[in-house]
Amino acid sequence: MLKFILRRLLLLIPILIGLSFLLFIWVRALPGGPATALLGERATPERVAQVNAAYGFDRPVLEQYVKYLGRVSRLEFGQSITLRKDVTSELFRRFPATIELSVAAMMFAVCVGVPLGFAAAKRERTWVDNSAVVASLIGVSIPVFFLAQILKWIFALKLNWFPTIGRLQPTRELEHVTNFNVIDSILAWDMGALVDTLKHLILPGIALGTIPLAIIARITRASVLEVRNEDYVRTARAKGMSSGVVDRRHVLRNALLPIVTVVGLQTGLLLSGAVLTETVFAWGGIGQLISGAVLDKDYPIIQGGVLFLAVVFVLVNLTVDVLYAVIDPRIRVH
Amino acid sequence: MATVQDHLQSLMGNRVVETSGSSLSRETWRRLRSNRIALLGLGVIVFFVLVAIFAPWLAPHDPRATTWFDQIRPSSVPGPSAEHWFGLDESGRDLFSRILYGARASLVIGIVSLAIGASIGALFGLLAGAFGGWVDSVIMRVTDVMLAVPGLLLALSIAAVLGQSQMAVMIAVAVPNIPLFARLLRSSMLAERQKDYVSAATSVGLSRRPLVMSHILPNSLGPMIVQGTLALATAVIDAAALSFLGLGSADPGVPEWGRMLASAQRYLNVAPHLCIIPGLVIFVTVLGFNLFGEALREALDPKLRR
Repeated sequence: MLKFILRRLLLLIPILIGLSFLLFIWVRALPGGPATALLGERATPERVAQVNAAYGFDRPVLEQYVKYLGRVSRLEFGQSITLRKDVTSELFRRFPATIELSVAAMMFAVCVGVPLGFAAAKRERTWVDNSAVVASLIGVSIPVFFLAQILKWIFALKLNWFPTIGRLQPTRELEHVTNFNVIDSILAWDMGALVDTLKHLILPGIALGTIPLAIIARITRASVLEVRNEDYVRTARAKGMSSGVVDRRHVLRNALLPIVTVVGLQTGLLLSGAVLTETVFAWGGIGQLISGAVLDKDYPIIQGGVLFLAVVFVLVNLTVDVLYAVIDPRIRVH
Repeated sequence: MATVQDHLQSLMGNRVVETSGSSLSRETWRRLRSNRIALLGLGVIVFFVLVAIFAPWLAPHDPRATTWFDQIRPSSVPGPSAEHWFGLDESGRDLFSRILYGARASLVIGIVSLAIGASIGALFGLLAGAFGGWVDSVIMRVTDVMLAVPGLLLALSIAAVLGQSQMAVMIAVAVPNIPLFARLLRSSMLAERQKDYVSAATSVGLSRRPLVMSHILPNSLGPMIVQGTLALATAVIDAAALSFLGLGSADPGVPEWGRMLASAQRYLNVAPHLCIIPGLVIFVTVLGFNLFGEALREALDPKLRR
């Protein structure tokens, strides 16, 4: 097992090098060259010349790339142009907000999607199945930024059940230890804050979770349908096992593999979907940071943010691979 | 031919023998025609394509004219009425006309970007699948790296470099499709290579070029077509998303569905139609592509062929 994990970790290296190379090209393609990536578009020519000399942007390309690799591996992305803050610390400060939202979205997607797909497969070709299939098609077709606004309009503005934006009522005092509001409010033993946090999480969580929900439901349905007809399922039934036990122990467990893969893949994708959801709900995570930076042409933030999320995405996928091997011992052999 | 057919017919007791056979494309078409969902999807696609083409004739008003600006208050934007079917937008323009013209931007950007992404991707996939060896390895490692960045983020960072324009959005949406199509074509070519007819063709001395171009490639295209239709749905959403984030055309007068949703945010409470109408239009378009793509997938699936 350890060997498997190590091998997967080694495979990361070429991907990370490739990523840094991609970003290096990106930085050089910026209007105004690499100095813009540190100073922004409105930098004075003197500052640009200064930075060019200091960072060696006038040196040969290969030398620049090596230097660049060094900077990136030390996570030096410079100062944000609009926020006047260090990009890396800003990313880390906001990351918990994005994780919190993604976890909420994924919990919603799994808790609804898996039972939905399972129910659809159990009642194949009935109205339950048909409506699950239609619902999942609707789920993948609805733009996140539209769904988010509709939820906000109905449940926050019209019905007033949930807050419209943010992660916490601005009037509420909460000591930010981890920046995960759920954890912070538990640490402070402030139940009011916890409820408030959860209320803020619901609408963005549903908006962000809908696409993964639809995909998880579809995969669950397909995979349960496939497993259901296997010989061992028939044998288990023939032995006189109750159908509940057969479903749990034989069907669902074997159907789980594709489900785990798709959950992992979707978790990674949530991070980019968060750019849109966070924008609508003014969430204050990395997604909103990046979308604001794109408009302001705050290149240090875009560069750092995209690399940061890409690395997280790759790591999540790696975790899924490892998890996969834990669930299915056959994978380890290959 | 006629004599053979007559002979066969006499053998089979005067039943008509179809000598033309049933090609994959013909059978696919036959199944699509009998699939109501596929027809629905196709209908939606055709409808929006027609709207896009005939927008200037269909639109009752100039989509850029802020003629009714005097009716706009911060607390109210007139909704749907007999004169303005979809109401006015926040600058006093006719929303119905803007939606019609917006179909042009959305569909053109979606289709062109997918065409660019899929053809470049297919070219790389073809090279990888046909040559194998180091060509294959290099191309696959490059796609690995591209796939390490979630699609929308990749598009976002490309559009950020290229600046505000519809051209930039097209390129940005195209690039994340390249690795997807490269991998897809490569893997279906590899699967095709294992088949008997390829060994047969090789054994009669067919060289690689005609083998790949006229046997393996045409037989590997099925998944590409399905993926293409489904990817069009994603391309339309992604293009709208970039425009929502402010990366569409630099001219705010140009009607784009995504941007309409962005400017609707400030009026969500007083004028929800500004959000609902463009949102529903994007949703229906995307649903059309998804329905048709799913039906196509089913129709092309050899396991389901009877």
